[in-house]
Amino acid sequence: MSKKPLHIKTPVRYLINALLFAALLFGGRVLIAGGGVSPFYVGIVTLAGINIILAVSLNMATGYLGQLPLGHAGFMAVGAYASAIFMTRSGLDPAVAMPFGLLIGGLVAAIFGVLIGIPALRLKGDYIAIITLGFGEIIRIVLLNIDEVLGFPFTYGAASLKGIPETSTFFNTFLLVGVTCFAIHTLMKSRHGRAILSIRENEIAADSCGVNLTYYKVMGFTVSAFFAGIAGSLYAGYLGILNPSNFSFMKSIEILVFVVLGGMGSMIGSVLSATVLTILPELLRQFAEWRMIVYALLLILVMVFKPSGLMGRFDFSMGRMLENIINVLTGRKTLKGKGGKTNG
Amino acid sequence: MDKLVPVPSRGVVPERDVDKRPILETNNLGIDFGGLIAVDDFTILVGRTEIAGLIGPNGAGKTTVFNLLTNVYQPTRGIIMLDGISTQGLKTYQINKRGIARTFQNIRLFKELSVADNVKIGLQNTMSYSLAEAVLRLPGYWKQEKRAHARALELLSIFNMDHMADWKAGSLPYGAQRRLEIVRALASEPKLLLLDEPAAGMNPSETADLMENIRKIRDRFQIAVLLIEHDMNLVMGICEGIAVLNYGRIIAKGSPDEIKSNPVVIEAYLGKREEENHA
Amino acid sequence: MSFWQLAVQQLINGLQSGSIYALVALGYSMVYGIITLLNFAHGDIIMVGSYLSWFALTSIAPFVPLPVAVVIAIAMAILGCMVLGVTIEFAAYRPLRKSPRISLLITAIGVSYLLQNTAQKFIGASAKMVPYPRIPSVNFAGLTISGVAILCIAVTAACMVGLTLLVKKSKSGKAMRAVSEDADAALLMGVNVNSTISFTFAIGSALAGVGSILFIIAYPQASPFMGGMLGLKAFVAAVLGGIGSIPGAMIGGLLIGVIESLVSAVGLSVWKEGVVFAILIVMLLFKPAGIMGKPTTEKV
Repeated sequence: MSKKPLHIKTPVRYLINALLFAALLFGGRVLIAGGGVSPFYVGIVTLAGINIILAVSLNMATGYLGQLPLGHAGFMAVGAYASAIFMTRSGLDPAVAMPFGLLIGGLVAAIFGVLIGIPALRLKGDYIAIITLGFGEIIRIVLLNIDEVLGFPFTYGAASLKGIPETSTFFNTFLLVGVTCFAIHTLMKSRHGRAILSIRENEIAADSCGVNLTYYKVMGFTVSAFFAGIAGSLYAGYLGILNPSNFSFMKSIEILVFVVLGGMGSMIGSVLSATVLTILPELLRQFAEWRMIVYALLLILVMVFKPSGLMGRFDFSMGRMLENIINVLTGRKTLKGKGGKTNG
Repeated sequence: MDKLVPVPSRGVVPERDVDKRPILETNNLGIDFGGLIAVDDFTILVGRTEIAGLIGPNGAGKTTVFNLLTNVYQPTRGIIMLDGISTQGLKTYQINKRGIARTFQNIRLFKELSVADNVKIGLQNTMSYSLAEAVLRLPGYWKQEKRAHARALELLSIFNMDHMADWKAGSLPYGAQRRLEIVRALASEPKLLLLDEPAAGMNPSETADLMENIRKIRDRFQIAVLLIEHDMNLVMGICEGIAVLNYGRIIAKGSPDEIKSNPVVIEAYLGKREEENHA
Repeated sequence: MSFWQLAVQQLINGLQSGSIYALVALGYSMVYGIITLLNFAHGDIIMVGSYLSWFALTSIAPFVPLPVAVVIAIAMAILGCMVLGVTIEFAAYRPLRKSPRISLLITAIGVSYLLQNTAQKFIGASAKMVPYPRIPSVNFAGLTISGVAILCIAVTAACMVGLTLLVKKSKSGKAMRAVSEDADAALLMGVNVNSTISFTFAIGSALAGVGSILFIIAYPQASPFMGGMLGLKAFVAAVLGGIGSIPGAMIGGLLIGVIESLVSAVGLSVWKEGVVFAILIVMLLFKPAGIMGKPTTEKV
């Protein structure tokens, strides 16, 4: 016990995480290329990746900023359509066009985030839920009927936008899952992230500490919309066909379920619950009819019995876990709780 | 202690501050809520390094004055000059950047965040790295974060709280939460610190420590402090100038000794038990 | 038909659907007034009410005379909604009385989701025809006014008067107003807060039951997701009128109904819902307290 507990330096932690992530990404790619996994499962896992981005991005607005937007599917839709229209019309090779398509999807959604966020975030609490719900529905209705106004086919409305290049492979999707998680993590562990958290914790105190509430609310909301747009672009490249009914209010609720069950404010919670809640229902196809009922019950039960969600606000750190394992193994530290401390 | 020199019609400031521009000057400040006049004709002057007190019975409008000074409420009438410049039309967060920081009567910490993060949010205005620098972890981020962390620990050490840096703010004992609020306010490098009942709920020895610390903070940072407090020992012990508020109006201004002997104050506020308190 | 006849016709159509929105909006408004919750499940209570009517009119009707069956259907819908509303409050909202608002809101979304999907699982996704007897139309001044419209407007007006009297005059009404003003103070004054909240849910849900009957008479099909859009629109009506205000809900509901029917009349019916949400957004931005509401501020 006389030895000082080992502390892994930050750059080393980053390196460990990067290596593990690369192993997962390339390992998965090799496995799939070798035909070790059936396309059915590859599809499910890819969908899980898209849902992870959606959940992590909504967690930004809900868990970190502390607002409750109910129009996340709207941002996803805007991103999906923007990128799909670009991908089907650009005439570029899909592999070349894809990064641009993703960026366009994200940016267009972010622009909508700013445009909707500035007015919506002036309101308080419940009213933000209502107004974003309204915006989400308007987006869906516009996507459905815009061609009639324009007089030429643009979104193809109810007839569906078809022939989108299917570029959302396992590798591409999970590369973006990594980028999203990294970007949101580094953003949150910075002065900007702290400002966003302070708004969740106590708006009046944040204001008096010099935090520009409007700026940071809109920033949190826009970043959330940007990644929803990226997820939407991936979704377009996953399905190959888009219909406005893919992005109804129900989709927004589904994403909210991921975030709430995982624990609002916990990124690892969002990642795990999006993964489990995508894969489990697919594997339990015979109970498909029960899925929605179980979702609803889970939502109520979690709120009544464990409102902080399954992971609370816990954030996982590979480096810290390694540190603890090494410290315990080498007898630098015993297996006791630390009490009263936070995880970051 | 410095002898108090009355400034004509405006108030009193310590002698050392007399020839300097006052940090805060209000003139005829007032606010109405509906038909109710909550604060009226509030005219005070606070010297650059003065510790000033605002006292009065419950509901006299003291916290409302703080909310006016930080533009949480927009005044119905009157002027606020902070360091010689009007704060009219500024947002609350801009007032903070201009030099006023405050604590709250009902503690408002960022409870789920660590003690260090609470202070670093106060340090927000002293940092400048961009969103891109944060996300890409560029050198600007590392440099400023390192400096902010050191600064946070240094500020916490004023109250011997640096060992609590990793604790969750909400898990601190009550007195420590009050002290953390002061540290967080100091972090934004104010010129004027507003303390709303800093000694509420503290025992006499904690209050004595707090008095000592408020004086220490003023001496070290060379800032002005305006405090609302019900604890007369604290107010009379450290304040150099005091304003008494009743029904939203100032009924007396002066040094502690003047206030103590002012019959209007005794009648309106201190009452007959004043003698017993100081017996 | 002349332009004026058409216009009046559309206005009456609008008032018909508007009065249903108004009844549903009242439920939102009352619940928000008392526990500041947007009860997302409120629209789905109407769905359940509609299925209760369907059940009574298809399963009980063969054994009793038609008027009796109609009375049973009406009673089942109203009482069923009432019981459901009170049960939801007791089981899902009451345990969260001291929780953050966001938890309560998510629970309400969960309840809504549960009702919809349970109905879909056990009754089926396809719409059910609800055979209330047809109500004859009335000819008046060269206009054919549908009996349904007259019924809807009359019943809503009656409910509104009744509710206003209840809230203003009765002891329970006073308790409701006291709890919505300050639940803790009301408790200290000897008001039973829990039973007052239950009472509010009972009344709000009973109104939803009445709304479900009117809706199903006007559009005789029950389906698992029918409450969603109806609820949302009624909710927009409540916000428009000023959430927490009884006359506000009435005005909001009628306005939404009339605007919808006007938008349809000029041939833009696909944009009908878009217009409703656009009105909601504009209203929230410029007068978030609604037409009849009072703004609130947080104490620092």
